[in-house]
Amino acid sequence: MTDLAHLREDFPILEREMNGHPLVYLDSAATTQKPVQVLDTIDRFYRTMNANVHRGAYELSAEATDAYEGARARVASFINAGSPNEVVFTRGATSGLNFIAYGYGLNVLKPGDKVVLTIMEHHSNIVPWQLVAKHTGVELVYLSLNEDFEIDLSTLDEVLDDRVKIIAASGMSNVTGTIGPIRQLADAAGSIDALVVVDGAQLVPHHPTDVAELGADFLVFSGHKMLGPTGIGVMWGKPERLEELEPTEGGGEMISDVQLYESSWAPVPHKFEAGTPPIAQAVGLGAAVDYLEKVGMAAVREHEVEITRYALDRLGEVPDLTVYGPSDTDKRGGAVSFELADIHAHDLATILDQYGVAVRAGHHCAKPLMRHLNVPATARASFYLYNNNNDVDRLVDALYEARTVFGLDG
Amino acid sequence: MADLEELYRQVILDHYRAPRHRGTLSGDHIHAEGLNPSCGDEFFLDLQIEDGVVTDIAINGQGCSISQASGSMMTEAILGKGVDEVRQVSGTFKVMMGIEEGDDPIDHERPGSVLGDLEALQGVRKFPVRIKCADLAWTTLDDALTQGE
Repeated sequence: MTDLAHLREDFPILEREMNGHPLVYLDSAATTQKPVQVLDTIDRFYRTMNANVHRGAYELSAEATDAYEGARARVASFINAGSPNEVVFTRGATSGLNFIAYGYGLNVLKPGDKVVLTIMEHHSNIVPWQLVAKHTGVELVYLSLNEDFEIDLSTLDEVLDDRVKIIAASGMSNVTGTIGPIRQLADAAGSIDALVVVDGAQLVPHHPTDVAELGADFLVFSGHKMLGPTGIGVMWGKPERLEELEPTEGGGEMISDVQLYESSWAPVPHKFEAGTPPIAQAVGLGAAVDYLEKVGMAAVREHEVEITRYALDRLGEVPDLTVYGPSDTDKRGGAVSFELADIHAHDLATILDQYGVAVRAGHHCAKPLMRHLNVPATARASFYLYNNNNDVDRLVDALYEARTVFGLDG
Repeated sequence: MADLEELYRQVILDHYRAPRHRGTLSGDHIHAEGLNPSCGDEFFLDLQIEDGVVTDIAINGQGCSISQASGSMMTEAILGKGVDEVRQVSGTFKVMMGIEEGDDPIDHERPGSVLGDLEALQGVRKFPVRIKCADLAWTTLDDALTQGE
């Protein structure tokens, strides 16, 4: 196993006890824990550097601006962007997707145009497009999943015609763990001149990501799912796309000039950053990116493949347990959704919690996918670089306890 | 794990696995739907009220054992009762669960004497995040009674 065991001591929260047991945190797909390096960076920023950015003609503000823009440069390098200007700071993946949906929806899309989504999208990559469809008359079309929980590309040729303007797809499902076929979608989109938008909320924290190779026009992700603080996210776009995308939030900071009846925009990326941005959060994200680069994203991915394989094996031993996701770890990430006999996911999560094991239960903000899978709710264990095989063993032990509570053994 | 045993008493699992009055009503009836968007639990209630008395009841939906068992127990607790009495049962239940303020209404010397099987849901109080599960059927009932006014 890739030896990341020494990293655990960087995460003070993992020393906590929960209901009398050492905490086993298996909900990193919802939000990740933060290493001291990130916590210290945020603390240091507020203690020594705090000022508003891009406006004060004094040294402290210049330092804060350097820290904020420095974080942008670090994130750009982390995803191999051509320039820091391709990186827009947002409040999270959701706000990035809303920027893109409304930016094109209000200015470019016409009735009869199509937006192609997949059935495994998080609500954040469905609802903004529905809102836009209401305004524009755009038609939403979904790619489905095959029986191996992979996006079914067999219908792609039928779906993609010249009315398709945007393909918006998850890079990695937060429910099944499925890695999205972004390269294939990008190649297909190229032939019809459609844009490709990637929801990278699960992909970027867990898988090496190189926007030069991804083939996408836009990539969004959230800081808090990759060791950073909440309230900060990233919208990366190809330079020409960020130029053509109209801002949908107006305010201070994002303008070049303001007159009584019209205004002109600041250059990219600032035209998308209306108001005082989440400065300390961006700086914290910069520290998170430093941390991940030091570990190495290839090592993070390798570690998660190994722990996911171990988890799938161990879960396979539990009677009456069904996993919803690919069995091939090359095709998936570390979010593992499952059902155990007739125990509802919420009951399962309550019982596991009594043994210190934190998992998510419910529809995971992916109700269309849950309907497609024909399950009302699943429990989900999701892994990150600080988890180990012992965490999986603790999960499995607690699942056997749940069987006992529900009278399934003996 | 005494708390867990208390939470998932046999009677609760029994109502979960074999819910009473499951189905739908035909003919003249009130229909109410309770949804818990954060967890996806659904509870559907058909209620027939004749001359101020609950004369028939049917429930449907899906969700965790607590939400579904609570609904099943509710059907037994209110069928055949007058609307005023139904409101009283509902109020007693909500006080027992700590949803509404009041003195503990349960006679612990004689388990089941006040609310019947529903008293088994007291164990949920130790799990505050699950109280809304137990309450889903009852907020749906409130809605149905309001419709029937």
